[in-house]
Amino acid sequence: MADIHSVIGTKNKKGQTYTDTWKMMNEAPRTPSFYTGSEVIKEALRRASCDVMIAYPITPQSEAAALIGELFAEGYIGDYFRGESEFAVMSQCAGAAFGGARVFTTTAGPGTMRAMENFPMWSGARLPIQMIVTCRGINSPLSIQPDTLEIAYLLNTGMLVWHAETAQDFFDWILKGYMVSEEPDVHLPLALCCDGFFVTHTKDVVNLTPADMCLPPYDPYRSPVPCMDMECPPVRMMRDPFVMKSNYISYATHASWQQEIWAAVERSRKHSIHWLNGLIDTENTDAEIMIVASGTAVSQGREAIRLLEDEGVRCGLVKVKTLRPWPEEEIREATKNAKHIFVPEFNVTGWLAKEIKATVPNHERVHAGPHVCGGMTMPPEIIVSEIKTALGMKTFSLAGRGS
Amino acid sequence: MSDYRVLPGPEHFLPPAAASMGICLPNPGEAHINGVIAPEEKAYEEAARQFLMAKVPTIFPGPLVLWAWNEKAAKKATAVRHLFNTLVECVQPGQKPMLIPMPDYRPKYPKINPEVEINPNHPNLTIWHNRIDCCMFIGVHCHQANLSLKIIRGGTSCYTIAMCAQAGHEDAMLSFRDASVEKIMKLADTVKRLKGTVQPRLASAKNGVSS
Repeated sequence: MADIHSVIGTKNKKGQTYTDTWKMMNEAPRTPSFYTGSEVIKEALRRASCDVMIAYPITPQSEAAALIGELFAEGYIGDYFRGESEFAVMSQCAGAAFGGARVFTTTAGPGTMRAMENFPMWSGARLPIQMIVTCRGINSPLSIQPDTLEIAYLLNTGMLVWHAETAQDFFDWILKGYMVSEEPDVHLPLALCCDGFFVTHTKDVVNLTPADMCLPPYDPYRSPVPCMDMECPPVRMMRDPFVMKSNYISYATHASWQQEIWAAVERSRKHSIHWLNGLIDTENTDAEIMIVASGTAVSQGREAIRLLEDEGVRCGLVKVKTLRPWPEEEIREATKNAKHIFVPEFNVTGWLAKEIKATVPNHERVHAGPHVCGGMTMPPEIIVSEIKTALGMKTFSLAGRGS
Repeated sequence: MSDYRVLPGPEHFLPPAAASMGICLPNPGEAHINGVIAPEEKAYEEAARQFLMAKVPTIFPGPLVLWAWNEKAAKKATAVRHLFNTLVECVQPGQKPMLIPMPDYRPKYPKINPEVEINPNHPNLTIWHNRIDCCMFIGVHCHQANLSLKIIRGGTSCYTIAMCAQAGHEDAMLSFRDASVEKIMKLADTVKRLKGTVQPRLASAKNGVSS
């Protein structure tokens, strides 16, 4: 039986020292490195004491999946293989996690959709798998370009869902994510999302923790459910009652089971606040105009704020880091002074704006936009234009140059 | 802080999970009573008081202490037996302490035998059958304990206590966390110390049965 505290300070087979995660993330020296987001995923995994990574190619996560294969060849990952499809990969991840392994995978766009059936199963079975989602378009006609629509489908799976803005977020949150999702009172899968290409394929300076330090190993004996056993739920329940029974007890048990998953999402709040230093970041919360965003829309919003400042318009920002758990109280508090709340998004439906509208009082303050999708970029000027239009200020159309 | 309180039921056709009502788990060194964070010392007193007041105080040991899968589990099992024996010694005539195992989590069909076991999928059946009005879960995996505690709160008036080895349980009316042999023994000591100071509610007991 693993005892986490007893291995701290000892070395793994690669000579890395199992390190107290708080010290590793907050006190250890950091080295600035110029990496793509995909390379950052690899560097985080190098330090994650990951037992199993299962891969399947789909743009834009293929590079990260392949790079982690190199890590396996170097001996940093316990096991690594390619599944037959995304559905197979996610099922195989479940098998590894049922058996008590720390599991990692990556997917994107149609891959996420293809594997969707597995995600409520993961959370229902309390499997703390970490899945990177490098978001891209999902609909026909085919697009491999950035688009965050797939996140909307993940929000009600019972998984934790975080949305990284930068490669630095990615590096830190991959490692911290295991600490949250493996807590026994949480013990849920984490979908760590980013905007494909914008984060995965652009280079940025990322401050890395020392490569000779790694996370303590996963301790499956702290799991809130037993490791896989054909005679124990959930396996027994899949082949036997209660899904096959039609009576009050079966329904009530299943209802309680579902409630327990969402209770665990709620419990992750405390741990997420601890590790991420809050579920949101804020700037200028006294401003009457606020931008609320997640992912790279935050970066564009920050630039729009700078442009507006040049024109004498004061604007604040809320960066939403965790979508599940949803930072309801934090957003309400951060936007309490706002007369206008703008929600720029890289998707056509505006799922984040809908969440914000359901959260804040006087939701007519929420302007759902600007939206871009299908791989379009979001120039800060269109956020500025949206804000100025709403304020009745003169603004120029960015749609074209005219005749 | 949430206004919701985790109280004996029967609460609702489908009661909410206490966590979704804003109830938070205690930090190390703390416990919760009815969803309010309390010093662990106070929780020992309250748990012992509830045991001594109950007509059928019952301990439900789960697989993590029922099977000697490591040395710590075996020691905990001995401590649980000691707590039960202490209850037997300390209760008054008319009170009937019970020790009913939750040996596994398989749904039991066509019918559980509530005389000999409790099951997380229909724990209310064991509570009703044995007219249990106070119970303590120990050694039950957290997910299964939460299922049980919520179903019990939904359909019975039983007072629930969790002696959890991990982070505790909001769905119990009283929860310890980081359970150890020492904590179980301390609860037994507290029961012994309060012996004779608590009046059993024999006359008015509804015995965990909802009407």
